[in-house]
Amino acid sequence: MLESTRDAYAKALLEVGRKNADIVVLDADLAKSTKTITFAKEFPDRFFDCGIAEQNMMSIAAGLAASGKVPFASTFAVFASGRCFDQLRVSIAQPGLNVKVVATHGGITVGEDGASHQGIEDLALISPLPNFTVIVPADSVEAAQAVEAAAKTQGPFYIRMSRSSTPVIFGDDYEFSIGKSVTIRDGKDAAIIAVGIMVAPAIEAAERLTADGIDCRVINMATVKPLDEEAILKAAAETGCVVTAEEHLVRGGVGSAIAQVVAENQPVPMEFIAIERNNAKSGKPELLLERCCLTDSDIEQAVRSCISRKG
Amino acid sequence: MQLSKNNGSLSNGASDNAGAFSLSDAELLDKAKTIRRHIVEMVGKAGSGHPGGSLSAVEIVTALYFRALRHNPKNPQWADRDRFILSKGHAAPVLYAALAECDYMPVEELSTLRQLDSRLQGHTDMTTVPGVEMSAGSLGQGLSFSVGVALAGRLDKRNYWVYTLLGDGECDEGQVWEAAMAAAHYKLDRMIAFVDYNKLQIDGWNKDVMNLEPFTDKWRAFGWYVIEIDGNDFGQVFSAIDSAKKVSNQPKMIIAHTVKGKGVSYMENNVDFHGKAPNEEEIKKALKELK
Repeated sequence: MLESTRDAYAKALLEVGRKNADIVVLDADLAKSTKTITFAKEFPDRFFDCGIAEQNMMSIAAGLAASGKVPFASTFAVFASGRCFDQLRVSIAQPGLNVKVVATHGGITVGEDGASHQGIEDLALISPLPNFTVIVPADSVEAAQAVEAAAKTQGPFYIRMSRSSTPVIFGDDYEFSIGKSVTIRDGKDAAIIAVGIMVAPAIEAAERLTADGIDCRVINMATVKPLDEEAILKAAAETGCVVTAEEHLVRGGVGSAIAQVVAENQPVPMEFIAIERNNAKSGKPELLLERCCLTDSDIEQAVRSCISRKG
Repeated sequence: MQLSKNNGSLSNGASDNAGAFSLSDAELLDKAKTIRRHIVEMVGKAGSGHPGGSLSAVEIVTALYFRALRHNPKNPQWADRDRFILSKGHAAPVLYAALAECDYMPVEELSTLRQLDSRLQGHTDMTTVPGVEMSAGSLGQGLSFSVGVALAGRLDKRNYWVYTLLGDGECDEGQVWEAAMAAAHYKLDRMIAFVDYNKLQIDGWNKDVMNLEPFTDKWRAFGWYVIEIDGNDFGQVFSAIDSAKKVSNQPKMIIAHTVKGKGVSYMENNVDFHGKAPNEEEIKKALKELK
């Protein structure tokens, strides 16, 4: 089954909006794309279209939060993180205001819109901001639960959703918890720590490696900040090598953050599946993933190479 | 300091408001002087800071905190309080001085401005200073923030007023005009904003750095009800607030013509004192003038 995380966002927003009358939603003329339009239809008085003025939207959200509202502000990841960086930093992060930034169209799988619209630097920009919790859900089930968790938890959040439909990984019994990673598959020879849409190919790669007798652990690190350091160190200690996988630039991404934890506490060989250069272009999402070496085969190869570097 | 002859007595102003403070005209003039002395002393002691744009806004801030604003220093988070949002965050000294004079914090604390571990940062921090409504410092965000505060007030059916103080140079920022458009679009008539139009910004006169004129026309064109006043004149500040409150369905902008460094002779219209502290000699001279 396929479903996009932005569709899950639309449904979850309605759920939380029905429960909590203080939840308000802001968008910047992209309500049909970010899917906040669903909320707007049911709660027109609690929805504010700010027009094509993302910076204004973020500071308005800050003012709403300072007055007791729980604003969800949505636009594409490139605009939410890049265009609004200063507003997120000064209006929201530094005072720790209760604003939920839900950015859709994250990563290169935005596809045909091309480089300007592919948000592949957002995690590097947002993660260092004080007070922000950063989440990249792996599928629609986790996306919905992340939205519910953010609605209930005080403080600023950045949640990255995808445009494309992706495999549903988790069942109805899945329980997302902020800051806790999930070990999807246990293993002792290597660990793949993946986020977002890279979790599905990571599972695929691990399955394929079993044919060669390689027993690979797969961890879904949905909360990018704060990282589940305990799980990272356990994986490093027990498997002896770590491969990270993310739909983000390699510099400043999740792999960098995980490498810092590993290097400081439990140094082991690491490989990084991520975008090496910002050479993205227009194209179909699956072709872009191939071009940027973000496929299950790329992960498989990285695991083999990482294992060969063990001491 | 002279009250304007054309605008009647101060008592015409904001009399419908049951604020926590209600100073007489003479007391207000005294209070303004006290606040000016605090600004000179605190910036002087800190050795850095922004005296010019703090001094130009003294009458606006004093008029608000000591008569117009409904607020309660014993309960800074009172849900129905009127809000004052300082968007030009570098004018923190004038806000800190007013808050201290209202007992939001001890007056002695003003001397800790800009020191390590002081609550009084160079630019405002809403998480540490009671009474500060917004963390500012990066210009252009306060009017947008105010739009959010006003929208929340409307949703909650509270009838508080949202006052915002912008700098003139700050209006170079594009975000100010995004907020201007939004406030008019949402018909936020509980918003009353001031521009402290002292005509100077760091690199020189507004007209040379980035011309703002025709400034009132711009705000009108963006859908605001605009009043133009002498912003260093209490009488005019109060009558502007009064007229602004009578206008519904649109946000209100009070273009307050002021003098940068007002009240300290050598700082008046002197851009050098935008972001420079007076030395010991200069502090003495200023305090003498502000007796």
